[in-house]
Amino acid sequence: MGMTIVEKILARKSGQAMVRPGDLVTVPVDTVVFVDTNFVNTRWREILKLDHPERVVVVLDHRAPAARPQDAAMHRTAREFVARFGIERFHDVGYGQGISHQLVADHAYALPGTILLNSDSHTGSGGVFNCLARGVGVPDLVYAATKGETWFYVTDTVRYELTGALQTGVTMKDAFLYVADEYGEHAGLNVEYGGPALPGLTISARKTLTTMSTELSAEFAVFDPDDVMVDYLRSRTAAPFECVRADADAKYRDVRTIDLPALQPLVAFPDAVIENSQPVSAAAGTRIDQAYVGSCANGTLEDLQLVAQVLKGRRVDPRVRLVVTPGSQNIYREAAASGLLAQLVEAGAVVTAATCGACGGGHAGVLGANETCITASTRNFKGRMGDMSARIFMGSPATVAASAVKGVIADPRELLN
Amino acid sequence: MKFRARVWKFPDNINTDLILPSASFYMTPEEQTRFVFQANRPGWVDQVQRGDIIVGGRNFGMGSSRPAARSLRNLGLCCLVAESVNGLFFRNAINFAFPSIECPGVYEAFEEGEIAEVDFDNGTVVNATRGTTLAAKMLPAKLLDLLAAGGVYPLLEREGFIAAKA
Repeated sequence: MGMTIVEKILARKSGQAMVRPGDLVTVPVDTVVFVDTNFVNTRWREILKLDHPERVVVVLDHRAPAARPQDAAMHRTAREFVARFGIERFHDVGYGQGISHQLVADHAYALPGTILLNSDSHTGSGGVFNCLARGVGVPDLVYAATKGETWFYVTDTVRYELTGALQTGVTMKDAFLYVADEYGEHAGLNVEYGGPALPGLTISARKTLTTMSTELSAEFAVFDPDDVMVDYLRSRTAAPFECVRADADAKYRDVRTIDLPALQPLVAFPDAVIENSQPVSAAAGTRIDQAYVGSCANGTLEDLQLVAQVLKGRRVDPRVRLVVTPGSQNIYREAAASGLLAQLVEAGAVVTAATCGACGGGHAGVLGANETCITASTRNFKGRMGDMSARIFMGSPATVAASAVKGVIADPRELLN
Repeated sequence: MKFRARVWKFPDNINTDLILPSASFYMTPEEQTRFVFQANRPGWVDQVQRGDIIVGGRNFGMGSSRPAARSLRNLGLCCLVAESVNGLFFRNAINFAFPSIECPGVYEAFEEGEIAEVDFDNGTVVNATRGTTLAAKMLPAKLLDLLAAGGVYPLLEREGFIAAKA
């Protein structure tokens, strides 16, 4: 019987002809990504030996640049670790700065058929490259970095076939909200994305879906390989890789079709994204204090372009703070060079350095008591972006930008058509 | 490995931020335990006793990679039995030596305050108050060994991969 993409990669990596749901496999880890919060003194354990320093990536992203002295101390521990083992792929505050998952895409650190671990939960993001990328805790990361291997349960997979093209003002964030609302959580399951819509979907658009699959509680999220993906990687790395496709007779828990042209802008209501979304009209008119676009889900150049398109010829409502956080300084520089940054700032947006920033409530735009925010980021748990009493709605960058202009939650199609 | 204690019940989709809120990020692990379930169940940390058991619903521990399981262990809870345990939370639980096991039907099988007997070696969960028994999903030997070793860090310390705790 055939295997899914996840099963095939795990079989290959564990040296078996076949693996099945329920198996526990031990596999070598190709890439180990550390982020700054790992190095806080209450979590970090001093590593004495690394298996392969060249497999390690270190990124300062959650609290970069430092917002408080403790952040600076944590960053210093990270720099000492990097210096001790001569780690070359180090993204310090500065030119190479960015959110780890965006940098993994920018620099092609996640390659098809490989295994990548990172101690941030949104690591599934790298599955856009046909890679098994998984968020783990710091102990798993330290284990993989020192011993070179990790374990995974093989679990069932749900496959999503994407068809057609999105309409104006609708994004893959809306597609995610649709899946989360229609099918609920996917705990203990892998998700595999493919289908005839792929040639029309950029890597950035697809990556929103793999990143947000963490919010479905999926184990692995992985895309079929195609020319768009291979061209993206080939323009960034000369490293060899081998794409992995599912067998024609692979066994899935379920196969579901998402008809992209049928989707509309959705908004998740505060505190959860699972079975908690409605068409934007249901939230329209809700006064907001802040609008946020950023994170590993929505900090790409395309996201910034979409915001600028909505803002074109308009200004952010004076009652609203629109905070835009690019996913990496690579994106920031591109936005600066193309004039995009100037458009955003001219319209009244605040553009921060590339960081996880306010998405995790760390800095650069956190919410005060009883404030309301609409965000295009990863998560809207209670208290996630600041005060426990703040309300966080979630929508696409287009919906967030339209809401920033109107001062209330608004349908972006009114401003884009 | 076997535990017998009274249970506390928590519903589906309990997230990591409820167990370990961002606001406690720079506190010591001991201080962080004061914040467990502060948002959804204020005062609970003063009621829970060393050795108690958590019975959870589906997808217990969804959300972030933060060491939320460590806070439950540090509070003195002996184990978690849930309808299903979030995959990322489960890894942290095993790695921080907080025994966690999935047991379909467990949420309905217990009222809060009843006594559970959880046997990780033969995969049974008994409601000792009612005298009913459920079958849990057994943990593979590799993970039971990891729990027995005290989790990942004691193991790596013994093998010389990481330094002893400062």
